[in-house]
Amino acid sequence: METKNIMIVGVGGQGSLLASKLLGHLLLSQGYDVKVSEVHGMSQRGGSVVTYVRYGDKVYSPVIDKGEADYIVSFEILEAARWLPFLKKDGQIVTNTQQIDPMPVITGAAEYPEDLVSKLKETGAKVDALDCLSLAEKAGSAKAVNIVLLGRLSHYFDLPEEAWMKSLEANVPPKFLEMNKKAFELGKNMK
Amino acid sequence: MDQKNNGQLMLGNKAVARGLYEAGVCFISSYPGTPSTEVTEEAAKYDEIYCEWAPNEKVAMESAFGASLAGRRSFCAQKHVGLNVAADPLYTMSYTGVNAGLVIVVADDAGMHSSQNEQDSRHHAIAAKVPMLEPSDSKEALEYTKLAYEISEKFDTPVLLKMCTRVAHSQSIVETGERVVPDKPYEKNIAKYVMMPGNAKKRHPIVEQRTQDLIKFAEENPINRVEMGGTEIGIITCSTSYQYVKEVFGDSVSVLKLGMTNPLPCDLIKSFAAKVDKLFVVEELDPIIENHVKALGIEVTGKELLPIIDEFSQNLLAKAFGKDVNEGFAIDEQIPARPPVMCAGCPHRGLFYTLKKNNCTVLGDIGCYTLGAVPPLGAIEMTLCMGASIGAVHGFNKVRGAESEKKTVAVIGDSTFMHSGMTGLANVAYNQSNSTIVIVDNSITGMTGHQQNPTTGYNIKGDPAGKIDLEALCKAMGFERVRVVDPYNLKQCDEVLKEELNVEAPSVIISRRPCALLKYVKHNAPLKVNTDKCVGCKSCMKIGCPAISMKNGKATIDNTLCVGCNVCSQMCPVGAFESTAESEA
Repeated sequence: METKNIMIVGVGGQGSLLASKLLGHLLLSQGYDVKVSEVHGMSQRGGSVVTYVRYGDKVYSPVIDKGEADYIVSFEILEAARWLPFLKKDGQIVTNTQQIDPMPVITGAAEYPEDLVSKLKETGAKVDALDCLSLAEKAGSAKAVNIVLLGRLSHYFDLPEEAWMKSLEANVPPKFLEMNKKAFELGKNMK
Repeated sequence: MDQKNNGQLMLGNKAVARGLYEAGVCFISSYPGTPSTEVTEEAAKYDEIYCEWAPNEKVAMESAFGASLAGRRSFCAQKHVGLNVAADPLYTMSYTGVNAGLVIVVADDAGMHSSQNEQDSRHHAIAAKVPMLEPSDSKEALEYTKLAYEISEKFDTPVLLKMCTRVAHSQSIVETGERVVPDKPYEKNIAKYVMMPGNAKKRHPIVEQRTQDLIKFAEENPINRVEMGGTEIGIITCSTSYQYVKEVFGDSVSVLKLGMTNPLPCDLIKSFAAKVDKLFVVEELDPIIENHVKALGIEVTGKELLPIIDEFSQNLLAKAFGKDVNEGFAIDEQIPARPPVMCAGCPHRGLFYTLKKNNCTVLGDIGCYTLGAVPPLGAIEMTLCMGASIGAVHGFNKVRGAESEKKTVAVIGDSTFMHSGMTGLANVAYNQSNSTIVIVDNSITGMTGHQQNPTTGYNIKGDPAGKIDLEALCKAMGFERVRVVDPYNLKQCDEVLKEELNVEAPSVIISRRPCALLKYVKHNAPLKVNTDKCVGCKSCMKIGCPAISMKNGKATIDNTLCVGCNVCSQMCPVGAFESTAESEA
């Protein structure tokens, strides 16, 4: 099988590391060779963060390059636009519609682009955009945005729900498991 | 799909830590530095290994040497620039050799994800005449760590294990093994371990012979391996570059993968070159393998095709070799940058605002507070290396005199001060410049992700430890003026700064408040803006807080970020900031 590529993008502190950890666990359990690449260091301080997840029969490079991503999972809509050049021609974006102003916008040095979901779709990219923050809050915690997104991503994977649930169980603390399962279902079943 | 692997996904740095555990390492001393930090943090989770954070890399390496001398396998880790600090012991440890195995991780940062330069650590291996191994994924990181101890003891040498950001911070599949602890007695050996000229002269020929022996090892050991494929193109490569080569070419080319990059083999390279039509070297940063191949009289293409700057990727390699790459999408929109910023509630913010307001020339240092250089604060005018702020402010003031002394300050963090600020402070006290040094004490090593240091009172495991009193230390070094301020209190910061800049004596200002991200730090209720009072003057925007923005001409606060530090409300001329706690009560 050809190597498949998932990029997880967002803003430092949004919880993308848990998402990549869970995906890594899931794909390993399915017998794939897997590589997950993170950038540590400055990521906690509100900067743009990206994690690469690659899987297949044999994975070499730990990173994903422009035009290679089968999926971009985005925690914030501006970040989806920033990393769009990395999407493969028939790739799929799954994005939260939340807006988080970067410092140049806060200081007035730049403007936050309007109506990014439409503009992303106009490029011809396949975009699945949903308000994950509301869904996460509905599940019981604003912090569950990552699990809502994974629930949505599971739509596009031909994997049994049981496998996703096992990875969820292995990676979230027991006391938050029910809440996260709810977040997963809300993301998955959102029309 | 059938289960192909019994292994587990593991971060490269964690795989090194696992290798240390399996190799029976008993002693680890390191100073944190991205991308090396997790090796020591992960190793500290094994109860069988003694681990500590040292004040700096030189002390860490010397401590590891002592443990090796005493007969236990030992280790230290640092980032590339950390090895500069530890270069002094390294170069002479090459002469003494080791007793029990001693392995040193150095983690390079091609692409400068979190570093002040892009130096290639292989130069240190060559100059110090010590072997260097370079894994290309987590599996090799674990295996090479164990092999490094065998090499260290067999050849009586410290061994460098070179990581890079993409190997250190990528997870791939590893297979783990059991821990075996070798034990060597300590034996007094003055001729080997006391490096005074008479003894060192006798050790140098041993070092040169060792290099010859290591070259033989490099010719034969499977750590350097040939993967024959198509013979039109042959590629010599190492580290993460190997992964990009395989990604782009698969088996269509032949590859000589070097797991040991110092010393380099000769016959192996010659025989590989003879089997292919055209030879290339694919290596990040400097042309070290390439120059070696050229010195062997072999025609090779390297840096004329591939850049000497920045990290590689599969597309970069494919394009250089004239292959097609995937076209991505393009969006016709200006995407604002999202640079890292000081967190909401960061104690550094109030201090840097005060320095900027007083029009200070700020010579900075290495840490989160380096972000004091970016807009809107834009307060720092120099950052060089760990500890340089204090040395530099002294030189600056000595040549610029009284005018400079009234406006120039050094700013250095608590951990960086312990690392290499103290000797700079001794210089100011000894050679008497009227310099003002600000120690921004956030009670943790923040930048690398919250490691303890000698001023925090806790060790790497979080247990109580010795605690150095910064005020007492500065006084003992001859500073009569040591002031402590709370950076959340702008008025106090301003008054104390003005006094200390204008006094004709060297002084230290300790700006003390723990990092807002520390778990034990209690936050106040978020603030809110009273929009009836707010006049939209943007005074609060001068501090660059990510929790404050302007909406419809009025300031607004993101209550998921605000920690109620109240610095913004001290900026506001009309008292528009109010606590949400009062209104809820």
